[in-house]
Amino acid sequence: MPANTELPVLTAKDFASDQDIRWCPGCGDYAILNQVRKVMAKLGRTREGTVFVSGIGCSSRFPYYMNTYGFHSIHGRAPAVATGVKIANPALDVWVVTGDGDGLSIGGNHLIHALRRNVNLKILLFNNRIYGLTKGQYSPTSEEGKKTKSSPMGSIELPISPLSLAIAAEASFVARSVDVDKDLPAVIERAGMHNGSAFVEIYQDCNIFNHKAFEYTTDKDTKEDNIIRLEHGKPLIFGKNRDKGIRLHEHKPEIVKIGEGGIKEDDLLFHDEKDDSLAFLLSRMSHSDGFPEPMGVFYTAPDDCYEDLLAKQVADAIKSRGEGDLEALFNSGETYEVA
Amino acid sequence: MTSGVTKTAGNKPVKEMGSAVVFFAGDSGDGMQLAGTQFTDTSAIIGNDVATLPDFPAEIRAPAGTVAGVSGFQINFAASDIHTPGDRVNALIAMNPAAFKAHIEDVEVGGIVVVNDSEFDKINLRKAGYSEGYNPLDDEKYGQRFKIYRVPITRLNAESLATTGMGAKDIERCKNMWALGLIYWLYDRPLDTTVGYLNDYFGKKKKLPAVAEANVKALQAGFHFGETTEMFTARFHIARATITPGKYRKITGNEGLAMGLVAAAKLAAKQLVYCSYPITPASDILHSLAAMKNFGVKTMQAEDEIAAVCAAIGASFAGQIGVTGTSGPGLALKSEAINLAIMTELPLIVVNVQRGGPSTGLPTKTEQSDLLQAMYGRNGDSPIVIIAPQSPADCVEVAIEAVRIAIRHMIPVIILADGYIGNGAEPWRIPNETTHPDLFKPIEVKHATDPAKYQVYGRDENLARPWAVPGTPGLMHRIGGLEKQDITGNVSYDSANHQRMTDLRRLRVEKVADFIPAIEPHGDNSGDLLVLGWGGTYGSIVTAVENARQKGLRVSAAHLRYLNPMPKNLGELLSRFKKVLIPELNTGQLRLLIRGKFLVDAKGLNKVQGKPFLVEEIEHAIHKLLNNEWGDQDSITPSTETLGAEEAAG
Repeated sequence: MPANTELPVLTAKDFASDQDIRWCPGCGDYAILNQVRKVMAKLGRTREGTVFVSGIGCSSRFPYYMNTYGFHSIHGRAPAVATGVKIANPALDVWVVTGDGDGLSIGGNHLIHALRRNVNLKILLFNNRIYGLTKGQYSPTSEEGKKTKSSPMGSIELPISPLSLAIAAEASFVARSVDVDKDLPAVIERAGMHNGSAFVEIYQDCNIFNHKAFEYTTDKDTKEDNIIRLEHGKPLIFGKNRDKGIRLHEHKPEIVKIGEGGIKEDDLLFHDEKDDSLAFLLSRMSHSDGFPEPMGVFYTAPDDCYEDLLAKQVADAIKSRGEGDLEALFNSGETYEVA
Repeated sequence: MTSGVTKTAGNKPVKEMGSAVVFFAGDSGDGMQLAGTQFTDTSAIIGNDVATLPDFPAEIRAPAGTVAGVSGFQINFAASDIHTPGDRVNALIAMNPAAFKAHIEDVEVGGIVVVNDSEFDKINLRKAGYSEGYNPLDDEKYGQRFKIYRVPITRLNAESLATTGMGAKDIERCKNMWALGLIYWLYDRPLDTTVGYLNDYFGKKKKLPAVAEANVKALQAGFHFGETTEMFTARFHIARATITPGKYRKITGNEGLAMGLVAAAKLAAKQLVYCSYPITPASDILHSLAAMKNFGVKTMQAEDEIAAVCAAIGASFAGQIGVTGTSGPGLALKSEAINLAIMTELPLIVVNVQRGGPSTGLPTKTEQSDLLQAMYGRNGDSPIVIIAPQSPADCVEVAIEAVRIAIRHMIPVIILADGYIGNGAEPWRIPNETTHPDLFKPIEVKHATDPAKYQVYGRDENLARPWAVPGTPGLMHRIGGLEKQDITGNVSYDSANHQRMTDLRRLRVEKVADFIPAIEPHGDNSGDLLVLGWGGTYGSIVTAVENARQKGLRVSAAHLRYLNPMPKNLGELLSRFKKVLIPELNTGQLRLLIRGKFLVDAKGLNKVQGKPFLVEEIEHAIHKLLNNEWGDQDSITPSTETLGAEEAAG
């Protein structure tokens, strides 16, 4: 009888670990966790071949809830730990889960360099614009004037744009979505399929310390007026009635009404996910400045991965110099015999 | 310098010496390190025992001609077994006034000083900080104490290369070889090793045959100058040392660490993943390993110290050998991540090539002041294994031993080398499986594979948890810095469990002591005084103790390779001596540990002057302690005053 060679088909449930989930009820992390589990199953990933690495913060509990290999490391350092995992075994599918404090404050440096090196990591940054685990201080993405326990008179710091930073750091895949948005799985899926470092910012509701921070992107009556769903090669159209668009005027985006003053769809800005300058421009459009915020894939450009190039250097060195021989190594340099 | 019989060779008498210490000093752009290493190679190849101490400025090119910019290289070469670069310099080569000023006080009374007279002009004297109108070469106080030879090296070198057609600048770059040639003549050394090097390096590697030819010419011109001028009345010869027969090469500590790590990875059939951020004096390990990719070595130059250790931890988690290398300030930055490795019980090697601290401290100078940082410099109760090489040649074995322990016990190990060991060189008897069977024993790696038996924090007989590598079906698990429940590895805040896990982390380190050899004293098993040391002070301590024993004193030496855990018999050994002296290049860190652990009233000889101990400093402390001249102090510091004690004028 022929052996059953068919691989078992895994479902989202198979990616759930046996651990009780300890996020606050109603936290946006639950929705993201469910979508990630589904995407892992859809992409046909294996549990043993997958590693989730995190730092510290609410989002960084994520690995405990995935029935894969997992490393809950230290604050801000997940990209560095994950880079080491990838160097040691490039065949593993490695995901990093981080937050706005973990990834942009204490770990900002590692994020930049993991992206710059194009290590084949999928980095999911849960942005809730607040420090949740330490109970409510402002974060690097909190808006100016934000009143928190550590900024009772309002934050005097400008927030950072995670996507602008990622693009400037030479990320080869940059995308954004929202914890409860219908497009989140598609965005995660595309990140998962990207060959290179993929950076995904996910707006996430902290219902305890920063509830409804992203309501403008989730409220079913208003959200379509506040976001633009990016599609490669398509014009930037948004609005509940899909009657508004973005046009470039003197190198700056402006909101226009389609049909008004003879404006046609062809006059609008068209999305090109291969164009990093456009991606940067899109990353600067913010709700606080009156713009709809783009969602989806901003930029993607496959490039050689760090761990593959490193492995290739090793292979090339072996090819040109032969497999390293200990005796030859010890006996290299000027040697001499003492009789 | 021990002198002996005089014979004649060529036109000059040759004095037979037991050993000599030569010091090359010049501006950091003068090529003194190259002159020093060439002198070392030649001396080793003709059969002397050698020990070296390079000394370079922290600035890459400090203002030319200043004392801050002086680069030096000290070589002790001998007809017998030696362990240190030597206390007093027998011959100083000073390429400019700053070099003279910086090192003249290191020269023994009656010693040789060869100065590059061409450079002792008004401007250079001023740059060296001498007062207007003063030239130390005209100062009788130096003339009376030293044999000063004023050789216009720059000019003679230029004259000897005048016909090469090279530019003045390129010609001047050869003057280190001219000086080296002269010193080769003075110490009766052949030129062929250096000629071979120059032809290989400049001629073949750099494809500059004209430069190779000019350097060889300069070298020969310097040698012939010694032979033909009447300036030097005698030259010296140091016979071959009686060294254990075998094949040798010269090795620096940093080279030794790199080779040891590569060897360990081979013995474990693993890939070495070395992640490091450039830092003096550890960067050479990264450089060496980056060039060894054909051994399957992967090197990562990380964005910072923290990333380096974290990537190494990630590599170990993924089943390879993760190693990070650094120096003191970098170890401080790595502390939190090292605790992650302690908590997650992963194999990890952290190499710390210590330098002068605190803070940025003295980047290019040696010190042993990170012992307590390695031991205790982390939050919580976080014991770690610490081992230290005693010499450059010892680094190979120590690196292999560190990997062996890390894998056998699933535990992080800190290697405490230091700048002196890292940059210093000595002959290394090249090991092979016949001469060193233990060294070449394969490193056994046991990866968990059976889901039915797997427990994340289950333990073997050495209290090591299983190493389950991502990619293994059925063993998916999560680890991290939160306290883990014993056996299951689930997150646990249970108080009894935390007590148990804290105790286990301590016991796991103590368990390593079952595998380490008993400490053997150098000398008798009991006596009036035990001189206990660790790390790079080995050579000075052993030499001082041998000297004291020859004078009939009941002194022994003992050296700790394993700082944590310590050998099981150490307490018993300490109890067999009336007094204990611990010389350290810090303010008493091992002494604090020994006193705390064994309640022994150990006395300290403590020095933080950026330099290794002189043998005479340790001998002096031994005599003081045994003659009851010590007083009631816990420790003494060698005087910073040098022989003669006069400030250089200016």
